[in-house]
Amino acid sequence: MSGTIVQITLQIDGKEATVAAGTTVLKAAQQIGVAIPTLCHHEKLEDYGGCRLCLVEVESRGRTNYVVSCLYPVENGLVVRTRSEKVDKVRRLIIEELMAHAPDAPELVRLAYEYGADRNRFEKEAAFCVMCGLCVRYCDEVKQKRAVGFIDNGHAREISFIPEIAAKECWNCQECFAICPTSYAQAAYLLTEALAFPGRRKKESTPREAEEGRMANIPAVPMTFVRRPPAAKPEMAN
Amino acid sequence: MSEQTIADIIEKYRGRPGAVIHALTEIQHANHWLPREVMHEVADALEVPFSQVMQIASFYKTFSLTPKGKHEVHVCTGMTCHLRGGARLMAKVEEITGLKPGETDTDAKFSLEAGSCLGSCSIAPELIVDGKHYGRMTPERAADVLKQYE
Repeated sequence: MSGTIVQITLQIDGKEATVAAGTTVLKAAQQIGVAIPTLCHHEKLEDYGGCRLCLVEVESRGRTNYVVSCLYPVENGLVVRTRSEKVDKVRRLIIEELMAHAPDAPELVRLAYEYGADRNRFEKEAAFCVMCGLCVRYCDEVKQKRAVGFIDNGHAREISFIPEIAAKECWNCQECFAICPTSYAQAAYLLTEALAFPGRRKKESTPREAEEGRMANIPAVPMTFVRRPPAAKPEMAN
Repeated sequence: MSEQTIADIIEKYRGRPGAVIHALTEIQHANHWLPREVMHEVADALEVPFSQVMQIASFYKTFSLTPKGKHEVHVCTGMTCHLRGGARLMAKVEEITGLKPGETDTDAKFSLEAGSCLGSCSIAPELIVDGKHYGRMTPERAADVLKQYE
């Protein structure tokens, strides 16, 4: 046996899967094409188990359990059901709770439709962050910059960009913006920037640059609309 | 508190990432709060990311990220103390110090905190100054107690 990878056979939604020992149920399901919804999972990052959306029903030795599939290792003869009435009910509740914080996040809107969740079930508390920790973990594990972290605890916990690090690292990266399910990482960064080190912005394009398609994202404001004394022109940070 | 004391504490834990909480706790006790520059020094010396120091410092209630006074005054607002006149005691302490719970006075003499049950219901209502418990407090006696602290 030594040297060979131990293979485990289990059943997911009636389909047989054979995967290496130590694989999580979520990864096994992905390998055989069974979709399990996730918010906090990212293939480049360590398994986290924060959002609990990937909850599944597992049956092993006659006992039924509810576990988060992104952390649960496979075992021989395991029977996994990814959609049961109870699983759907729990997922629906999680989606409804998260929608109290981020009611219009595209991923949540899509999941709400799929699971019949009511976005108005809980009173809105517009925090916009769903605490998936993707930005924090991506910055730590992939970029190793740790420019963004969690601060405070309990209901007051939130992500926070550390101005000293963010001022140096974030402008040329901004990769966490794309993996954030709610756009809150972007909002938090821009707020930090505005408060702690303002001045960085997309450059206005000159008419010629705009015509050539260079730096064309923002059209230059016609000077007649700008009342800006030439001496007090704000300095641009590079 | 002298900068040397803080520097000594940091030096003691240099190169030991696991000791962040110990270092922060000692600094908190010596200095009554954690200035941002000090947390940067801790992060550099103990070789942990600054964001992690910040996460720990903001997570635990022991640590204060804002300046605190020389004397920490706690008034219990738990159920037993409340029934035995905790609210009147708090009102008196607020009047003497000129502070609301969570505040610190301008010459950094007192910081006032409320606490929900500080664990000594048998001597309620109680007042704690710098860790010393004063039980069966009346508003009048609270004035005498606080006078001892300058």
